[in-house]
Amino acid sequence: MHKKKKTSPVQKDYQILAKKKEPKRNVILNVIRAFVFGGFVCFIAQLLQFAFINYFGFEESQAGNPATAILIMLSALLTGLGVYDHIAQWAGAGSAVPIIGFANSLASAAIEHRSEGYVLGVGGNMFKIAGPVIVFGTFSAFIVSIIKLLVQAIGG
Amino acid sequence: MEKLIWSFLIGGAICAVGQIMMDVFRMTPAHTMTTLVVAGAILGGLGLYEPLIEFAGAGATTPISNFGNSLYKGAMAEAEVHGLIGVLTGIFELTSSGISAAIIFGFIASLIFKPKG
Repeated sequence: MHKKKKTSPVQKDYQILAKKKEPKRNVILNVIRAFVFGGFVCFIAQLLQFAFINYFGFEESQAGNPATAILIMLSALLTGLGVYDHIAQWAGAGSAVPIIGFANSLASAAIEHRSEGYVLGVGGNMFKIAGPVIVFGTFSAFIVSIIKLLVQAIGG
Repeated sequence: MEKLIWSFLIGGAICAVGQIMMDVFRMTPAHTMTTLVVAGAILGGLGLYEPLIEFAGAGATTPISNFGNSLYKGAMAEAEVHGLIGVLTGIFELTSSGISAAIIFGFIASLIFKPKG
């Protein structure tokens, strides 16, 4: 992100050219697709939650975990079969934002790097995309928790 | 059964926001996911995420933003019992199933499948 870096006229010309040649994104269609597929995934997750509540005796607050685990398993399977790529192409963020996108990023990185060996290839690259999510999620949750505890300590 | 409709609508809406971040603001999927997780943790801290889950069920728990909220919730639940150190011991308590499932099934997938294309 060096937006303020000075660019030479040639570089500027190139940037203009590159922008012109870039395929136009159909934002509205993409957003609708993301909405439909993302909504569909959440709909399935809700169905699974109801199934776990009604047939396996889970409490409502606990039913999310097994439902998520099943979705993650499915996502890893679809990634391995090469189906997930096609879904992602169509659904965009609809396939990346739900938890299945997190599972897909782990599984696809693991499969892609298996030729480099299991320890350094699979183990070392598995968190290539999921890593930032965990790092920033954990750190922000830590900060928010500390702030909340401070506010509670001062307020009460 | 109303919850099914709301989970579809809210879950879809969060994904639509993600798509706008990717298309309009030109963020990579990793940046989008990271931003949503941080947003989830902040919304959790403000006490806004829990009502959304009550209202939309899986529509709020399935998107990655719930990961941030769960990290925060786990940390706070332990902090209430053990104080400050609970933030460290509890932070992964609720997300354990998601992370371990993703690691385990991702690893199994790498044992079984070869890269395509």
